Amino acid sequence: MHLAKHWRQKAAYYRLEGQRHRVTGEVRFPARQATVGESDEAAEAWEPFVLSGKGEIYSFSVVRQAPAGFEYLAPYPVALVRLAEGPLVTAQLTDCCEDDLFIGQPVEMVTRRLKDTGKDGVLVYGYKFRPVLTQVKGNG
Amino acid sequence: MQNVYLAGIGATPVGEHYTRSLIDLALESLRQAFVDIKYHATPSQVGALYVANAMGEALAGDAHLGALLATMAGFQGVEAFRLSSAGASGGVALHQACMAVASGVHDLVVILGVEKVTDKLQDAQEASLSLATDSDFEAFHGITVTSQWAMLMRRYMHEYGYEADAFAPFPINAHANGTANPEAMYRFPVKISTYQKASQIASPLNMLDCSTLADGAATVLLVSERLMREIGNPPVRVAGRALASDTLALHDRPDPLWLSAVHQSARRALHQARMEPADVDVLELTDPHGIAAALALEASGFVTRGTSPRHAADGGITPTGTTPIATAGGYKSRGDIGGASGVYQVVELVRQLRGCAPSGQVPNARVAFAQSLGGVGATAVTHILVRDD
Amino acid sequence: MQPDRPVGILGYGCYVPRYRIAGKEIARVWTDGQGGVPVQSKSVPGPDEDTITMAIEAARHALARAGLPARQLGGVWVGSESHPYSVKPSGTIVAEALGTTPWVSAADWEFACKAGSEAFTASMGMVASGMVNYMLAIGADTAQGRPGDALEYTASAGASAMVLGPASEALAIIEATVSYATDTPDFFRRAERPYPVHGQRFTGEPAYFHHVGSAARRLLSDLGRTPQDYTYAVFHQPNSKFPQSIAKQLGFTPEQTAPGLLSPQIGNTYSAIVFLGLSAILDIARPGDTIFLTSYGSGAGSDAYSVVVTDTLLERRDRAPRTADYLARQEFIDYAMYVKWRNELVVG
Repeated sequence: MHLAKHWRQKAAYYRLEGQRHRVTGEVRFPARQATVGESDEAAEAWEPFVLSGKGEIYSFSVVRQAPAGFEYLAPYPVALVRLAEGPLVTAQLTDCCEDDLFIGQPVEMVTRRLKDTGKDGVLVYGYKFRPVLTQVKGNG
Repeated sequence: MQNVYLAGIGATPVGEHYTRSLIDLALESLRQAFVDIKYHATPSQVGALYVANAMGEALAGDAHLGALLATMAGFQGVEAFRLSSAGASGGVALHQACMAVASGVHDLVVILGVEKVTDKLQDAQEASLSLATDSDFEAFHGITVTSQWAMLMRRYMHEYGYEADAFAPFPINAHANGTANPEAMYRFPVKISTYQKASQIASPLNMLDCSTLADGAATVLLVSERLMREIGNPPVRVAGRALASDTLALHDRPDPLWLSAVHQSARRALHQARMEPADVDVLELTDPHGIAAALALEASGFVTRGTSPRHAADGGITPTGTTPIATAGGYKSRGDIGGASGVYQVVELVRQLRGCAPSGQVPNARVAFAQSLGGVGATAVTHILVRDD
Repeated sequence: MQPDRPVGILGYGCYVPRYRIAGKEIARVWTDGQGGVPVQSKSVPGPDEDTITMAIEAARHALARAGLPARQLGGVWVGSESHPYSVKPSGTIVAEALGTTPWVSAADWEFACKAGSEAFTASMGMVASGMVNYMLAIGADTAQGRPGDALEYTASAGASAMVLGPASEALAIIEATVSYATDTPDFFRRAERPYPVHGQRFTGEPAYFHHVGSAARRLLSDLGRTPQDYTYAVFHQPNSKFPQSIAKQLGFTPEQTAPGLLSPQIGNTYSAIVFLGLSAILDIARPGDTIFLTSYGSGAGSDAYSVVVTDTLLERRDRAPRTADYLARQEFIDYAMYVKWRNELVVG
């Protein structure tokens, strides 16, 4: 059973926290470590940033031959989602069926149960996306 | 650097070898390879054994294959280890072995690709294959490699205006060729009408556009020029080789429909061989799905972007086309042998260059192109093989 | 009970899953379709939903309406009888998802269907005392009924979240509350058991009606009000009939209770139901409207609240989806799919 492996991803998994560049405003998800040769100063220009969770479907599929741990969910849709802030993210789609989906469809992030690791294991929660429930007027 | 030759080959049929273990399969292909060189080189001359295997821990229950197989084969004491780079393991092993021979360290290196998958059931196989993806941001979300290719296919259809059955020529060609290959797993032809009725695996990929993971082992003997002359088989030289890497996660790529590692490895290998794509007579690609072959043909420079399905529809990928692929059945008909696939590819291309392929022989093939991918092209290895006489 | 420092609701959020099962579909399986059903349909959580995921979504909406950064919350309290873990708080996961951690009180509450109401009353105290400025009180449940039992028709899923804070910032002011509790074993679930046991008709007169009626009458009396002084009223909704009966007994009209009566459509969402009813009313209420609210939890107890809508509601209402948006997205499933998702099949 993995405990720390999932736990250390909780900011990214639960609330789609990535990074934003303090100067350029560029957003990336997931957060990344500094690359070899990147200065500490350059690396620190990236601050934690919670993405809006809004995006649109770049592409999608429906998994019908599920890997171990996902049998109970099959068939389940998966997608590459182009987030409003720019990054692409790979995730499951939820609350929809295949016929509902199309490339370019607006979707929004929801936090769902990603995996039940067994009766004596942890429940891991994380982001999925669903077709936008309703367009509402924005505010913090 | 010295020239490097592919002197001997051996492979087991691909399939569900329930009665045979990983060791049984490995030894059969090893023995065949030494029979192929008529024992002009003996096991005592083996400098090193490189074992290509992707999923030994998860599916076969073995994680220490170098020493295991070296001693079982009668190479006790020899330098032996395992290389693992997902589906590209076979290509990576050949790439590393070439350096060992080219540098003069060894005269004879044995490359043994082996994968034993049917000891586990399908859910475990899918989970094991998913380890080739980003574990925290793809696999853990239920993403499979098949679904990654599926998403690329749907995007490709969207960007270039194709329907799903535009990809039908890939499995149809693979099965047409594989039907006559005694080592192929599925030896039956596929019709377009059957393709159109096939059920979905990961839409838009249907069952007839998805390869099946199966057991098998393949061996190639890599030798120096001196040893090649002693062995006397038709000389097949490794004229170019390059390995490149890309992100595991599709979402980390600026242009997901462009396989950049494939592009880099193909370009560098061709450059090393002083060749252009047009010089290639026959190809082995990592083609578990039509979309994989389509994107590889484009990134490798054989056709322009967005045209692979039309190229395939025009017969370009058949044994008489400009880019013959899957001449032994490809991943679809021969089977996907995991980390051994890259070695199977080379076995087929050596047969092509010797002019003795049991199926899909390309007339007068002199230059062959082998490309082995791990994940969705996160690892890409390209080898250019040339008939040297 | 009235707070020294006036307390109000700054933001509200609701959540109802997309899926429904019809009462007659359950009856088809268990009674050959004979007999009446206690609700027309009930909400069913999807296979990736539980109390925590529903609580998170409702809470995000409540924070959006309040216009409050999550870090300003002094507490995240989750009331439920279906916490996914027996030991390990739901509150920490919800607080983490909202971005409230680490300087926050995170806790779980339990009192059958009144767990959300417990969190709500206790949050009032936190704000009223001045210990914190803002609290998040959540009621959320994926309730379980034994297959074939009467409860299976009604035990449903939903979540409601309320941001409580100073009345001066509120979209609705909580004027006063009372709590009434006795030891009454009308419904219970022993540890390690999957389904609760209920006392059938014993759940009615000595339980629901006695406690809801006592709390409601006391609050009206404390405030010197009559049912006619309220624009709307919501009572706990274990089925369609009980809340309408108690409303009638107390003197509230169907016009007052209809907007907050959700159980006929979505069943009994347990800890969430009275606050979902309140959400549905806030979705349509006007400044100055008054709302009378009474929860019920088996075991047993009731909390009654008197709420007055302020002008602020109008500017905040459209910052998040309305209850009606969730009620409208309904996808009916059959009993087989329901069983698959409730994890009552042995799959792997």
